[in-house]
Order: sequence, then C-alpha cells, then structure tokens
Amino acid sequence: MIIAVASGKGGTGKTTVATSMALSLQDMSSEVTFIDCDVEEPNGHIFLCPQITGSDNIYIEVPEIDRQKCTRCGKCADLCAFNALLATSDEVIVFPEFCHGCGGCRYFCPVEAVTMMPKKIGTVEKGLAGRVKFARGRLEVGAALSPPVVDAVKKHSTDQGIIILDAPPGTSCPVIHSVRGSDFCLLVAEPTSFGLNDLDLAVQMVRSLGVPCGVLINRARERSCLIEKYCREHELNVLMKIPLSKDIAGAYSRGIPLGAVDGKWNKAFRRIYRDIRELVANEGNNRYQR
Amino acid sequence: MKEITVISGKGGTGKTSVTASFAVLAENHVITDCDVDAANLHLLLAPEIMEVKKYWGMPRVEINAAKCTGCGLCETLCRYDAVSGGAVDKLLCEGCLVCYHACPAGAMRPVENLAGEWYLSRTRYGPFVHARLGVAQDNSGKLVARVRQRARDLAEKTGRNLIITDGPPGIGCPVISALGGTDLALVVTEPTLSAMHDLVRVLDLAAHFGVRAAVCINKWDINPDNCRAVEDTCRDMNVPVLGRIPYDPAFMAAALEKKPVIKMTSTVVNDIISLWDCVKKELGL
Ligand code: SF4
Ligand code: SF4
Repeated sequence: MIIAVASGKGGTGKTTVATSMALSLQDMSSEVTFIDCDVEEPNGHIFLCPQITGSDNIYIEVPEIDRQKCTRCGKCADLCAFNALLATSDEVIVFPEFCHGCGGCRYFCPVEAVTMMPKKIGTVEKGLAGRVKFARGRLEVGAALSPPVVDAVKKHSTDQGIIILDAPPGTSCPVIHSVRGSDFCLLVAEPTSFGLNDLDLAVQMVRSLGVPCGVLINRARERSCLIEKYCREHELNVLMKIPLSKDIAGAYSRGIPLGAVDGKWNKAFRRIYRDIRELVANEGNNRYQR
Repeated sequence: MKEITVISGKGGTGKTSVTASFAVLAENHVITDCDVDAANLHLLLAPEIMEVKKYWGMPRVEINAAKCTGCGLCETLCRYDAVSGGAVDKLLCEGCLVCYHACPAGAMRPVENLAGEWYLSRTRYGPFVHARLGVAQDNSGKLVARVRQRARDLAEKTGRNLIITDGPPGIGCPVISALGGTDLALVVTEPTLSAMHDLVRVLDLAAHFGVRAAVCINKWDINPDNCRAVEDTCRDMNVPVLGRIPYDPAFMAAALEKKPVIKMTSTVVNDIISLWDCVKKELGL
C-alpha cells in the first residue's frame, strides 16, 4: 500500500503528518517505509533522525562537444527544445542547467561530435529510523531538474508493507512524479483562504492522476468550516483534524513528531490508516463493478 | 530599476503576507507573483484583471497510428519512458521532440500544450503581473521568466523604479528562474528545524547564482533558541538579518479576511514597516 502525503500549499504540516504516520504504523505492519520525495527541501530526516546506511549519486546525461570533430553546423542547437545549446561561429556552448538530457543533440549530430556525460544532480540516501525504512532524495543546490531525483528515490518503494511518500508542495511536475502510482493521496490542508485555494488545485491534480484522495485538516480551529464545506461540496472525506495548538507548533519547531507529543496521535494515525485501507478497497470494488 | 524577490525555501513561513505588505508600503512599483504553481498573492490584493494571455508550455507529441510502422525507434530514443506500445504518456513527455525529428515514417506530430495563463491586473496598491500554471504542468521556469519580463517592460514603460516579486518555494527551476538578475533575495524564514534546514539550502542557491540575499525571521518567538541559531548561521554566511517578526495571529486573520497583514491593527505592523525601511536601504532606495 503506497500512501502519498501531499499539499498544494507548502508549510501545511505535510512532513509532520507523513513522518508521524510512518512512526505510528510501525507496529501495524511488518514493514513500513518512509520516502522523502520533497527533494528540493527534504525535511523528513529532522523528525525521523534515521541512521543513514548508504547513498547513491543521481546523474543526468548532458552533452559534451568535441571541438575537433564539430563543424559548427548548428544542427544540435536548432534541435534542442530547451535552449541548452548555443552555436556560434567558432564553438557550441552548452548550458548544462537548461539541459533535460534528452539526447537529441547526440543522436542528430551528423559528425558524432557529441558525447553524453553524466552530471550529478542529486543524491539518494537510505537508512533506518527505528523500524521504519527510510529513503530520501536531495536535489543538488544549483541543479534545476528535480523529477529525475524523485524517480530515483521512489525506486525504494517495494510492494511490501506500507509505504509513506512525502511529496513536494504544489501541483506541477515534481509532485506528479511523486504521487503517480500511489494507492491513495492524503492531502494536508490548513483552514485559511490560501489553504483552500491550494487544496482545490491539489485535488484537481490528484484527480487528474486517478488516485483516490482524502483530506487532513491541520491547525484546525473550532469553526474551521471553510475546508470542511469545500470537502462536502467535492465529495471528499475529511479523515482527521489536528487542532491549532502551541504545544504542537513548539514540538514541530524542535523536530518532534506528533506521537511523541501525545500518544493519542499514534492511535489516530492507525485509525486513519484503516480508513484509508477501506477507502482504497471500496475504490477498487467500484472500479471492478464499472 | 530595482527588484526585490521574496522567497522562503520552505512554504508557510509568511512569505506572501510579507510581500503583500511591501506592496502596500512601496511607492511607484510593479507587483509580481512568480509563485505560479500555487499562487496566493492575488487572494490578498483583490486584482481587477485587465489583460489575459495564454501560456503555451512545451509541446507534447501524438502518434498518427495510420502512419506508424511500429519500428519502435521512438520508444528507444525517449529518455523519459513516455512512449510505449504505440501511445504517448502526456504526463511523462517533456516535449523534447526527439521522436518527432527522428521518426522515419513521419508519424509523430507535436501538439500545442496550453499550460496556463498570465495576467496583467490593477490593484489598489499598483499594477500586478501574475499567472496561473495549469494543474499537472511542468513548472520549468518559463512562465516565471515570462511574468518577470512583462513586469520589467511595464515598469520601464510607466517609469516605475521598483519590482516587488513573490517568489516560488524550493530550490529548483522556478526559483532559479525567479532569482536570476534580481537585486535582493529576501528570505522569510521561521525558527523551526525544517525551515532552518531549507534556509541554508536557499542561501547556498542565492550564493551559487551570485544573488545578494537577506533574511527576515518570522514567528521568531516560537523558539528563541532556534532564532539565535538562525542569526548565527546568517552571520557565518555573511547574510544580514533585516528584521524579526513575532508570532501573531494577525497573519492568519489577515489571510482569512483576504487582506495584507499590514492593514490589520496589530503591533506587527510596526515590525513590518521597519523591515521595509531596512529593505529599502539594502536596495539603495
Ligand atoms: S550538430 Fe554536431 S557538428 Fe553540428 S554544431 Fe552541433 S556538435 Fe557541432
Ligand atoms: S540532451 Fe537534449 S536538452 Fe540536452 S542539450 Fe542535447 S538536445 Fe538539448
């Protein structure tokens, strides 16, 4: 079972939820894996304090031009859809930060002047936090392309046990690469006008992927009807509410997961997991009947 | 002309509320929102849209089944695994068009990809250039570049000497695109371990691209020890801390009432005003 924890808006408490959930499910499944897909700003380790046991570098291939062979015909630069090459009268200049590694320049160069060379864009580390298996991707500072790092860290998900993915914020490519293929997406929202606006975008994104989703309201106040009203109108289950609380905010600032603040949250996350399992099973049945 | 770009690395630190307040305080400026993926600034500025432009993203490809001979070259060439079994997965396709150029049967066809919209608006606080990236589109930085270019043109044409930009979160393409050539990156952070971790990454990014950075610590009193640690980090990295803002429910209340926090009755108003004075000094205004 793969559960992606996402949110349109950043700073809604997504990572707190994802890490707390992973920790509280340790006793429920023989195997729980936490995967930090928020590769631009990975923060899961702050809450999980994992022991890192291994690390791999992630590369994309960018062109290198052999000046001896190159005739400066300019074909490669014309072809590059990402403006990563500039052909002048005496050389071809490569802008590796724009390159998407498509390999077109190499394929079409009439004189085989282009070789693809690996360029490091990030790392994937794995480790163990208690009994939770841990993996995180980290985009190199200055590298622009995060989806390949997301794809690489996601390879640590197995079909064993429970896998919790901490997705990046937003609704664009890095999120798509994270959430795609999950069995369920838990959307964390906060009850402000920003939160509502961004939740709506996130719901559209998840639904476009055909992944079932539900909502967790964080920093909920007595009358945080804004998000609940939206959920009613859009047939979304509100699976849990975490109140606006100074204790939780203080614990958050020190990197303490919810279960360590109060054991009742462990129970709450186990319950939410059972709810999700049921929703996913129902979804499966519905699909089968259709 | 000067540009200040407000960023945060981590979301939820109050970046947009601070930007909106600057928009109220500044004079003779253009406001832009480069957080095109989950844009929020418009919620605080109540813009009246004057001009809507379509944003075309990278194209996608389609296979003409009638022409396809099934040679499989496209599948071999595609680095994104977007082509398989004679069909293109539009979510994986990045629009490099290598398959289109290579297909011996001419069966690949590029199709236009409407990836969002951008707007020129009027607000009580000045002209506003903003955008909306379509859901599940790639945020390559192209739309960010478009928005910034439009803002610069507008500022030049109307003789405005300052651009105030709400920047994207993270450290990837959109941020890189938002930072290039700006005069000051103001990082709004908070004293939580997560935000502190992200702060270092985003300051490294600014340094990597040679962009001058400064920091504002929001909600500083939720963890004074961490706040001191942030200040130490900034000192070590040679980045000035231009202001500290205490935790104040006025931020949330303002977001609910859809107005810039500076319009609320609260003591943070003075903190933001003095922050803005420091920013102006940094910018040489
Ligand atoms: S296509 Fe090959 S020969 Fe032509 S400019 Fe590019 S690298 Fe040089
Ligand atoms: S690999 Fe593709 S994106 Fe990179 S420079 Fe060559 S043509 Fe451009």
